[in-house]
Amino acid sequence: MKVKSSKDVVYDWVFVVICVLISLICVVPMINLLAKSLSGTDYLIRNEIYLLPKGFNLNAYTTVLKDVKYVRAFFWTVFLTVVCTVLSLTMTTLCAYPLIFEKLKGRGFINVFITITMFFNAGTIPNYLLMKQLGLLNNPLVLILPGCLSVYNMIIMRSFFYGIPDSLRESAEIDGATFFQIMVKIYVPLSKPVYATLALFYAVGRWNSYSDALMYMKEAKFYPLQLLLYNILNNINQVEVATQEGFSAPGLSESLKAAIVMFSTIPILLVYPWLQKYFIHGVTLGAVKE
Amino acid sequence: MNRTAEKKEKTPKSWANTGNYLKRYWQLYALLALPMIYLVVFKYAPMVYIQIAFKKYSIVKSIWTQPLAKNFGFEYFIKAFSNNDFRYALKNTIVLNLLDLFFGFPAPILFALILNELCFKKFKRVVQTIAYMPHFLSWVIIYSLALQLLAPNAGLVNMVIKKMGFEAIPFLNDAFHWVGTYISFGVWQNFGWGSIVYLAAIAGINPELYEAASVDGAGRFRKIWHITLPGIKPTIVILLIMNLGNILGGGFDRPFAFQNNLVMKVADVIATYVYRVGIKGLQFSLTTAVGLFQSVVGVFFLLMANWISRKMGERGIW
Repeated sequence: MKVKSSKDVVYDWVFVVICVLISLICVVPMINLLAKSLSGTDYLIRNEIYLLPKGFNLNAYTTVLKDVKYVRAFFWTVFLTVVCTVLSLTMTTLCAYPLIFEKLKGRGFINVFITITMFFNAGTIPNYLLMKQLGLLNNPLVLILPGCLSVYNMIIMRSFFYGIPDSLRESAEIDGATFFQIMVKIYVPLSKPVYATLALFYAVGRWNSYSDALMYMKEAKFYPLQLLLYNILNNINQVEVATQEGFSAPGLSESLKAAIVMFSTIPILLVYPWLQKYFIHGVTLGAVKE
Repeated sequence: MNRTAEKKEKTPKSWANTGNYLKRYWQLYALLALPMIYLVVFKYAPMVYIQIAFKKYSIVKSIWTQPLAKNFGFEYFIKAFSNNDFRYALKNTIVLNLLDLFFGFPAPILFALILNELCFKKFKRVVQTIAYMPHFLSWVIIYSLALQLLAPNAGLVNMVIKKMGFEAIPFLNDAFHWVGTYISFGVWQNFGWGSIVYLAAIAGINPELYEAASVDGAGRFRKIWHITLPGIKPTIVILLIMNLGNILGGGFDRPFAFQNNLVMKVADVIATYVYRVGIKGLQFSLTTAVGLFQSVVGVFFLLMANWISRKMGERGIW
């Protein structure tokens, strides 16, 4: 290792400072929100909350947790996320695995058939009319089925499958294993990193999306958390919110909003850092040209 | 395989051959069945409804028997382009996407270059984890963060601005500032996540190049300019093509979450226009025409961008 010049050392620290600033820009909005959710009403009304809570209390959180509406939406979204993730991973595997066999007849056609859907979308209204035709409007299945396979994620999984040596598969074939057995016994267990990545992608996708429910779902009891949050932020059903809080002090409303946002974000913030090394790999696989 | 068997396989494509093939490979087709059904039902079947862009839509008649719209079926396309709301939406889509491209595209590259210069590995990992965080937030949440930060009275940023003795800035309620806010939060959400691809590309550069450059006396910034940037150029080009192909596209979630009535003139994009006029306003033919226009132009842009990049000697996306 060669000795660094003093100029180099200065630059090293300049880059560290830049990175600290960038990190601050990322976390300050969250810290501000957290502070507001934990602060007392008086301080909020007087606009005194910066990055630390004043008049610390958990009222906003207890209000959220006591309210059936939020708790219900929370568990409904958790349920949706789990079901969608499991279903999507299954579908993705079913699509990606057969396509790695070069001898599969019609493989070229199937690839084109799949790729077209990536670049050409029928559009919002045709999709809406189809959901109507299929009887999926206001049906909870509409939040599960239409998104249960992402071609982009399928390509990531297929790239990963390509990385598994063919010899493994061929020796299993010689031993008389069927293609289905090879998939279940060899490919799926060897692909844990890609499953972790795609599970995260699908789960975050489901957890965060609200537009499908906005367009296809009229029944409030099936609203996912994000749509509920959207309606609260835009004061749709404002009267209802105010009466449920018991009194309409704007301060509590602010901290309540903040608490609801924290409440619906924390699950993701707790999960993603642990999967970092997997999803970095997954994103990189997706960028590899076929 | 012995000779006779080989000969047998060469005999005119027999059903026996196909039978043998299927006996061996049917499982793979069976596995593909569900995904294919999914694609047919949810990706191809909606395309049937595209024809209502050219027809007089009515709920009572089947889509196949509806009469053709005026002007050889192009009535709704003409109507859309003579409609002011649509023209605003079209203009806003292009302007916001171009601004996103201008500010949002270089940000991950810069961030990857900065990260690459960090020599403290643990610190680098922490910065990365923090920078990926915004990508995992939904646009509704990001909008609520924006509200809490930028509100005229109670927002953190305006509180600081006022403390310093200036007037509060209407970040979300005035057209000009709204665009800035919208673009900034787009950059904020994506710069970390977008850097992953570039970091991987940088990791793939041959370290001997850097060593050779050091021996020749190249400084830090010369190495970035002459080695790192050329090394990630193919990645940059491919992502640029994808972005250019998407100049008329763009999601629904982000603009819809950020919109409010005061800024609709600059905030309404095609996706939200289609939702408002189509699903809310029930003008199905008009908005299907708009959607079709958007899809076709999108595919055209993608092909163009790909073609140009190939002409320039870069590899395309296919």
